[in-house]
Amino acid sequence: MKLSDLLSTASANMWRSKGRTFLTIVAIFIGAMTITLTNGIGTGIKSYLNRQVKSFGAPNVLLVTLTNKQTSPGSGPAKYTYNPNATVSASGLHNKQLLMSSKGLAVIKSIPNITSVVAAHSLSPDYITGKGDKYQLSLAQQIGDAAPDMVVGQGVNANSTQNQLTIPVSYVQPLGYGSNRAIIGAHVTIGITSGQGVRKTVVATVVGVQQKNLISQSVAYANNALAGQLYSIQTAGIPAARANTFLTAYATFPKNLTTTQLDTIKSKLKAKGFTAKTIQDQESTIFTAINAIIIVFDMFGAIALLAASFGIINTLYMSVQERTKEIGLMKALGMSRHKVYALFSIEAVLLGFWGSVLGVGFAALVGKAINAIAVHGFLKGFPGLTLLTFPPRTIAIVVIGIMLIAFLAGTLPALRASRKDPIEALRYE
Amino acid sequence: MSAVIATEHLSKTYGKGEAAFSALSDINLSINSGELIAIVGKSGSGKSTLMHMLALLDRPSQGNILVDGTDAARIRSRQVDGLRNKRYGFVFQQFFLNETDTVLNNVILPLKIAKINRKERTTRGLAALKSVELSEKAAAKAGTLSGGQKQRVCIARALINKPSVIFADEPTGNLDSHTGKTIEDLLFRLNKEQGITVIIVTHDKELAGRCHRQLHIKDGKLSEGSDV
Repeated sequence: MKLSDLLSTASANMWRSKGRTFLTIVAIFIGAMTITLTNGIGTGIKSYLNRQVKSFGAPNVLLVTLTNKQTSPGSGPAKYTYNPNATVSASGLHNKQLLMSSKGLAVIKSIPNITSVVAAHSLSPDYITGKGDKYQLSLAQQIGDAAPDMVVGQGVNANSTQNQLTIPVSYVQPLGYGSNRAIIGAHVTIGITSGQGVRKTVVATVVGVQQKNLISQSVAYANNALAGQLYSIQTAGIPAARANTFLTAYATFPKNLTTTQLDTIKSKLKAKGFTAKTIQDQESTIFTAINAIIIVFDMFGAIALLAASFGIINTLYMSVQERTKEIGLMKALGMSRHKVYALFSIEAVLLGFWGSVLGVGFAALVGKAINAIAVHGFLKGFPGLTLLTFPPRTIAIVVIGIMLIAFLAGTLPALRASRKDPIEALRYE
Repeated sequence: MSAVIATEHLSKTYGKGEAAFSALSDINLSINSGELIAIVGKSGSGKSTLMHMLALLDRPSQGNILVDGTDAARIRSRQVDGLRNKRYGFVFQQFFLNETDTVLNNVILPLKIAKINRKERTTRGLAALKSVELSEKAAAKAGTLSGGQKQRVCIARALINKPSVIFADEPTGNLDSHTGKTIEDLLFRLNKEQGITVIIVTHDKELAGRCHRQLHIKDGKLSEGSDV
């Protein structure tokens, strides 16, 4: 038999017992759908978070803080040791946070492969204004060449001497601009009070309008030049030892570093009393949790598929039994063993194919519907989030994987069919 | 005339030791091309077993089967499959038709197995149906036919690869005497007009009497009196 004949014969055989075939396909369908949906949600959330977290900083930046020995409750106070890099200890609600001094920057800079270190100053501007009223503003210094999700324009240039900032999309109208595009390149004024209580203004250029962000809802981002200028104003008159302190330093390293080299940097920083994390490190904590949830859901899908594969075995055993005479006849008429085996294997694979294609297709439709509802409903606050994402590669893996499972499930019945003795089979009543 | 099928000391034993049952013992025969032969015997005599072995559906316990002078045991199983497909035709008492499929599709099954393309399959299938006078039933479901028509479909299926030998296992066993007669005539005509060797397994003495030669099987032995 030619492959095309095997395919069409297997397909015709499969539909000979419609009810049984339908039920088997439903079982596979449920497994395929579950796996596709859980993976779709996982992929959707992960790619969204990826974009969100990107606004925190470029991939080649380490967030460096001073390592602080935490005391566990009830163990009494931690012993004080002098740390030359820490000038001030800020008291948080539950724990102490060590603030870094500019000496710390020099120590970080001395580590090999660190190309530049910038202090992440916390900025406290009073207001921002465009063509009219003044508005409150949360402003953060952007880390490296980070590219947050932009509606229009681009992220700030870290190295530019020009004062640059990107603003959340919600600021465009209040600042007096009709469209997102119109505000690109416009000059805005930021008001800030100096350490001596003098109110001053700084002019900056808007280079991008940020997509609304899940994590930092309405924070504007300044480049190093703007942040530096604002910081020098807000600390003017404050003694240097107290003024020039910060929680975090951003250390940049070359983009082509290997993981080992990066680990060396981290361990060297650790030896000097610093904790260093990349954006990916922070991301991976979240992703680990998401992956764990997805794996649990995938296991439900896998269990469904396991049950379905027994369905396939059962269906095919029954069909081998029913078609004993036919198998005998085909063998008597010169069909070889391995063609009989192929005929039943193909039937199993076809069951897997239809079940998985329908399951994946249905999951995609459901996903599309949920996405459409979600955008206007419970996910209204998260523009740019596609809850369910189905990359073609994942879909292909699911379909091919299930066809493989079906093939394996069909092995035993197909083997039984191929081993049937034509005489016994023809005698069978 | 050359022997298309011959046997040398052919024996078939089922089981082992004390439970061993000898279905056939020491069969020596030779069937020439173009012969019309009846294998006659009561049920359980071993006549069907003999036919199965002559048709290479079963292997002997001892002895040899010669196909055109070649020992069948030396032919690869793939070639045996090809031999059954192309040189042998089969007609069974129970027809073995796929009742839910069309008559034409049932007839062309050997061609499908032989990897013949669709177009040629249809042409040859229709020609085979014409030779058994069932052209108008080509598109009908096999299940809708009468017993005699079904057996004619089986003959068409047996004929489709232009076989040199047709094995017919109780071809009239499931038919009334009138229809049975038509089927007999059809087989005899194929033998006479196309020179196809026809080997009929039957317990019907009358049918056996119309054949050129009768091979009587009794208790697994080719009985005295029949010429070998």
